[in-house]
Amino acid sequence: MQNPDDILSIEDLTIHYETDEGSVHALNEVSLAMKRGETLGLVGETGAGKTTLARGILRLVPSPPGVIKQGSVFFEGQDLLSLSESKMRSIRGSRISMIFQDPMTSLNPVMTVGEQIQEVVEAHNRDLRQDEIIRQANAMLEMVGIPAERSHEYPHQFSGGMKQRVIIAIALACNPVLLIADEPTTALDVTIQAQVLDMITALKKRLNTAMLLITHDLGVVAQNCDRVAIMYAGQIIELGNLDDIFKRPTHPYTRGLLGSIPSLTKDVKRLSPIKGLMPDPTDLPPGCKFAPRCRFVTEACERAMPEPTHLSETHQVRCILAEAEVRNG
Amino acid sequence: MKQPVVKKQRTLAAETWRRFKKNKLALTGMIVILTLVVIALSTMVIDFVTDKAIYNDYVIKQNLRMRLQGPSREHIFGLDEFGRDIFMRMIWAVRYSLFMGTIAIALSTILGGLLGAVAGYYGKISDNIIMRFMDVLLAIPSMLLATAIVAALGTSLTNVLIAIAISYVPTYARTVRASVLTIKDQEFIEAARAMGASDVRIIFKYILPNSMAPLIVQATLGVAGAILSIAGLSFLGLGIQPPTPEWGSMLSSARAYIREGWHITVIPGLGIMITILSLNVMGDGLRDALDPRLKN
Amino acid sequence: MGKYIIRRLIMMIPVLLGVTFIVFFIMSLTPGDPAAIILGDQASAEALEMKRIELGLDKPLLVRYATYMGNLFQGDLGLSYRNQIPVASQVWDKFPNTAILAISGILVALIIGIPIGILSAKKQYTVMDNTSMVFSLVGVSMPNFWLGLLLSLLFALKLGWLPSQGMGRGFIGLLRSLVLPALTLGTGAAATVVRMTRSSMLEVIRQDYISTARAKGITEKQITKKHMLKNALIPIVTAVGLQFGLLLGGAMLTETIFSWPGLGRLMVDSITSKDIPMVLGSVIFMAVMFSFVNLLVDILYAFLDPRIKSQYSKKVVRRRRGVVV
Repeated sequence: MQNPDDILSIEDLTIHYETDEGSVHALNEVSLAMKRGETLGLVGETGAGKTTLARGILRLVPSPPGVIKQGSVFFEGQDLLSLSESKMRSIRGSRISMIFQDPMTSLNPVMTVGEQIQEVVEAHNRDLRQDEIIRQANAMLEMVGIPAERSHEYPHQFSGGMKQRVIIAIALACNPVLLIADEPTTALDVTIQAQVLDMITALKKRLNTAMLLITHDLGVVAQNCDRVAIMYAGQIIELGNLDDIFKRPTHPYTRGLLGSIPSLTKDVKRLSPIKGLMPDPTDLPPGCKFAPRCRFVTEACERAMPEPTHLSETHQVRCILAEAEVRNG
Repeated sequence: MKQPVVKKQRTLAAETWRRFKKNKLALTGMIVILTLVVIALSTMVIDFVTDKAIYNDYVIKQNLRMRLQGPSREHIFGLDEFGRDIFMRMIWAVRYSLFMGTIAIALSTILGGLLGAVAGYYGKISDNIIMRFMDVLLAIPSMLLATAIVAALGTSLTNVLIAIAISYVPTYARTVRASVLTIKDQEFIEAARAMGASDVRIIFKYILPNSMAPLIVQATLGVAGAILSIAGLSFLGLGIQPPTPEWGSMLSSARAYIREGWHITVIPGLGIMITILSLNVMGDGLRDALDPRLKN
Repeated sequence: MGKYIIRRLIMMIPVLLGVTFIVFFIMSLTPGDPAAIILGDQASAEALEMKRIELGLDKPLLVRYATYMGNLFQGDLGLSYRNQIPVASQVWDKFPNTAILAISGILVALIIGIPIGILSAKKQYTVMDNTSMVFSLVGVSMPNFWLGLLLSLLFALKLGWLPSQGMGRGFIGLLRSLVLPALTLGTGAAATVVRMTRSSMLEVIRQDYISTARAKGITEKQITKKHMLKNALIPIVTAVGLQFGLLLGGAMLTETIFSWPGLGRLMVDSITSKDIPMVLGSVIFMAVMFSFVNLLVDILYAFLDPRIKSQYSKKVVRRRRGVVV
């Protein structure tokens, strides 16, 4: 499976949260690969396991209760899951960075923003002199559009959008190969969302950084991503490039998702929301996880989880209907 | 409007009990406290029925020939400096600690609760006057305040109660004010006001019942504190006076005989500690059960 | 920062006036005739009357309070009823002893409480965490005067390692005599500090900025020191300030048990001998001490939390959220 072009290749990653109320199956045998410089959108409802996947890559799943049950995460030729903690630390923040959801709470309130950027530069450039660290940190601030003089200020003196820019500066300070952005704009005002996203996209192009962009907003995906992975109940149920997903959606869930966005060009009488709720992650159905909500459900769907079917070079889907279609030509 | 509030409370109580039951430590604490309540009530009934005969013969009567005898089969906790059975004295002392602590806290909860409710509900001037006064009271360490009050009023059961109650008032005023402030602007209060409910009705029917949860927790932990304060005052000779059995004053008189028998020092203290410990774990359990979000 | 301290000092004035008035009022409720206490039972009616006028007892409460405060600002707290020596000099004599004891108690609480609290939070639900939680529960629930008796029973009477009465001479002597009272006073506070530190750390550990710090690839030690502890300390500082009030109350008991010549014991002795000016003087002094500790806590708080600090510094113009991006 492993492709030499891939910078990241996740195989069969399974993560559970062991709680008093039972074992939460947050991530179930997820496989995913990313190429240098590309942007992959990870789409799904709240609770689909997007954040767990993102944290799993960096081994930042809170433990307890999180347990990585099986799988591997190959990054630049080594399995991150088998690295020592100190090796892993040298990758975090330097080769792979992460931006968290809520900028209001993601910065330490008692450290100046300058110190918080310097910290990551210092951690990965041990032999750098102090003034050089400060210079680099200030350059990062300027790069995200904040005057370097403000490096002495504390997070509470910045607006939400400004804070997210600081967080982006921290994430990109060491020129990472992969940037994981977990809903980076959800907590921001609508007018600022676009600005921040445009900036991330521009910077990642300039630095040739690959990005895993987590979102539940298909509009954001259409504008910023090269490929899309749709997640449902801890699994990737459809994966393809923009055209595959938006023009030829195959999984009933993907079609449902697209059917629930209003369109400006087509005249649709009603939006069609997907009926029902995501299954309880402590008690997932044995077969296809979407079966209880699916309009095309058959008996076979409830028996076993369908394996990924390749519809084309770029497009794959986990659905019995697609499987049958491919088999029958 | 009234119906849903009442219903919500019942389910809250049931839900709280369901969560509380799971906490074995807190449940044990509650059982200990209930046992102590039963003991205290029984001794009061016995005193009433026997016209204090048992109290006089076994709790108060001295037997100097047997003084300071260690624990034995007849006297499991041994005898004190006047040859009195420590077990009996411990049992008869339960009521003072437990009931006086509870009454003191009930008084300060009522007074503090009312002050806090008025301050929080009316705001502005009344809030300022009441809360600045509470700030002043809080600026005096509570044990110091209680001691000063007892020093001035003299040592009697009532005065000790008043002293402890006053020293705890600011805590409850603050607690209730804080929760009133969060409840006051909620929509069901607006609705009640729009329907023409009077301020008094709104405070008693809507606001106070909804700010009960933090108050109950605070009060449970407060009883523990009050018992410690009462015992402390008695230890200093400013609380309950001998020969009345009370754990703190038993410790106080044991002090002089500390060289001659360890049991008279160890046992009354254990009694206080077990009671306080039970109240503390019960209070913690109650807090976690009432607001699971606060639990770590 | 200077502006903040001045503001807090000004805010303290009405509180101190209120505190002194309340204590003055309470003590004025004392039944019995002070003149009779001073002159004894044999004094003549005229002598008693003279004494009452001399003490100003014929004047209304507010006038007496004003006189008392006027004298207080000149360092005069009146004369002891018992032996006619100035209250102020007695209180000043005993104050350092109580300060030494209280500071040692706080040190015991911090030195034991904070490290155990941190460890407990970082290793939540382990044997170490459970053990320290049990000990801190017991510590919180143990009456400190009982602990004092047990400690002196064990270490002074049975083992004979440490003195259990009075204050030792010389540095070593002082230190030896301080151990048991300081432990007695500090253990309860230590237990509270353990619980506070643990819950405050657990609160901080869950915060998003800790995830951000982890994602930076810095070491766990740095995360604990630079990110967790600095934030967790903010509520701990407040808790320690409140503990100081309990400690002053506890000092009365501790000083009584160990015959420690401090303000608390002076107060208890004066209550027994109905020496009202002395009680009044020592209560007011301790309450003022507590107020200053609270002021110190507030300043420390502002120092630790830039959000409060910047509210009072001129340099920073506060920006409204969402206006500047």
